[in-house]
Amino acid sequence: MKSYDVVVVGGGPAGLAAAISLRKNGIDDILILERDQELGGILNQCIHNGFGLHTFQEELTGPEYAWRFIRQVEELGIVYKLNTMVLSISPEKVIRAMNREEGLFDIQAKAVILAMGCRERSRGALNIPGYRPAGIFSAGTAQRLVNIEGYLPGREVVILGSGDIGLIMARRMTLEGAKVKVVAELMPYSGGLKRNIVQCLDDYDIPLKLSHTVLEIKGKERLEGVTLGKVDPQGKLIPGTEEFYSCDTLLLSVGLIPENEISRGMGVEMNEVTSGPKVNESLETNIEGVFACGNVLHVHDLVDFVSQEAEMAGKNAAAYVKAHGRRDDKGQVIALTPGEGLRYTVPETLRVTHMDDKLKIRFRVRDVYKNCYVSTYFDRERVMHKKHQILAPGEMEEVTLTRDLLLLYPKLKTIAIRIEED
Amino acid sequence: METKHLICINCPMGCPLTVEMNGEEVVRVKGNTCKRGEVYGRKEVTFPTRMITSTVRVVDGISSVVSVKTREAIPKGKIFDGMKELKGIKIKAPIQIGDVILANLADTGIDVIATKNVEKR
Repeated sequence: MKSYDVVVVGGGPAGLAAAISLRKNGIDDILILERDQELGGILNQCIHNGFGLHTFQEELTGPEYAWRFIRQVEELGIVYKLNTMVLSISPEKVIRAMNREEGLFDIQAKAVILAMGCRERSRGALNIPGYRPAGIFSAGTAQRLVNIEGYLPGREVVILGSGDIGLIMARRMTLEGAKVKVVAELMPYSGGLKRNIVQCLDDYDIPLKLSHTVLEIKGKERLEGVTLGKVDPQGKLIPGTEEFYSCDTLLLSVGLIPENEISRGMGVEMNEVTSGPKVNESLETNIEGVFACGNVLHVHDLVDFVSQEAEMAGKNAAAYVKAHGRRDDKGQVIALTPGEGLRYTVPETLRVTHMDDKLKIRFRVRDVYKNCYVSTYFDRERVMHKKHQILAPGEMEEVTLTRDLLLLYPKLKTIAIRIEED
Repeated sequence: METKHLICINCPMGCPLTVEMNGEEVVRVKGNTCKRGEVYGRKEVTFPTRMITSTVRVVDGISSVVSVKTREAIPKGKIFDGMKELKGIKIKAPIQIGDVILANLADTGIDVIATKNVEKR
């Protein structure tokens, strides 16, 4: 059986940055496994601009951002296999994969970095009643059809869900000559970034209907139209608000789900809120030497943060390999818990002995909060308190903990981050 | 003094901007967290521009389209004229990132460049 120091599962933004970081931290024996025919992952179909301001201080499109990393992977001579699907990984880190040239094969790794990304929530998860005509796509599928295959999937479009991909596709389809009639969002707030509401909807006078959902799908062979209706805070239809929109295309932009079948199969413990692995400060899962980063860990809004996270996973995996695969869990292990107003935090545990000078705790809030504070509690003591004009579930937030501060609390057991009014 | 409220679209932070205006003249931009925000705020209320990103048909390439962008933002009113011009052209592979695909899009003086490499088939 072939063996590598580190196998990176996935050649998208997370996998690429993790592999580069591994090499820069002294690991030579790296293999990236990618199921698509090229590296870059979802960035290849994200042809819009807005990537890289944090990482490169310039505004790039998705393919350009990917290319910066792909070029480094090539220059560093990092080995990768394309068109290769990972089927399973054993707890002993034997990776079973297949491709056309080699058939089915096993690889032994000393450490594994999970970087499989996420996939879109589909119609099946929504329980929209009605027939199943042609013309209903997830927003990302439509994005691939337009931007990679060069094929416009429809002329009159309704979009359900205001996730970023849906907003981006509202603009893209409009530019390509389609009429986007409306974007309906079940929640009373948008799921996407504010900038995308401005530049994708407002710029083209596309209405956004909050607290609205699709009630009925009309059409047997091809979609003919959808009925939208307004819902109350409990999600129940408000009678009399039904409205019919004729359309040949319905795009669904209703959330992303980390793709963790392989992680679950190998016994990685999951966080039920993120649908991603539970990790410590080193982004290491409950299985020693198995790290996770990017959208497989938790869904990000910004690829820049995916790259940062992956760089950290690469660095930590390198340290693990250099320590001959021994993890030290002795000493102080602090639990991070999402307090009032938070859905989750990443990471969930913290070993002060293993952290850098600074550690970013990333989280999402439950609801829209205005003029509030993000407070950090060390057990019962409030140690940080920061004012925010607005916090929304669609935008990931962070709190930075410093090692110096943590060293002052040698008996600390729990860190809680919560949203407070004052 | 008139004030306008905007969301900065430069990056995904989406800072809420307040632009203070005296007639046609911008007095001050508040709420931005970087220099780009100030520039955007001033420009958006006087001369709004946008980047266009799209695709152009490819001949003899391993993919049928190549992604492109305007090198700089173009006036908002020129977006659809620009799209029309991009729809009318075909480009031969191989294509390198940064290659000029179309010069002077819709008389804006701004070129359209490739954002992806496309190898020859």
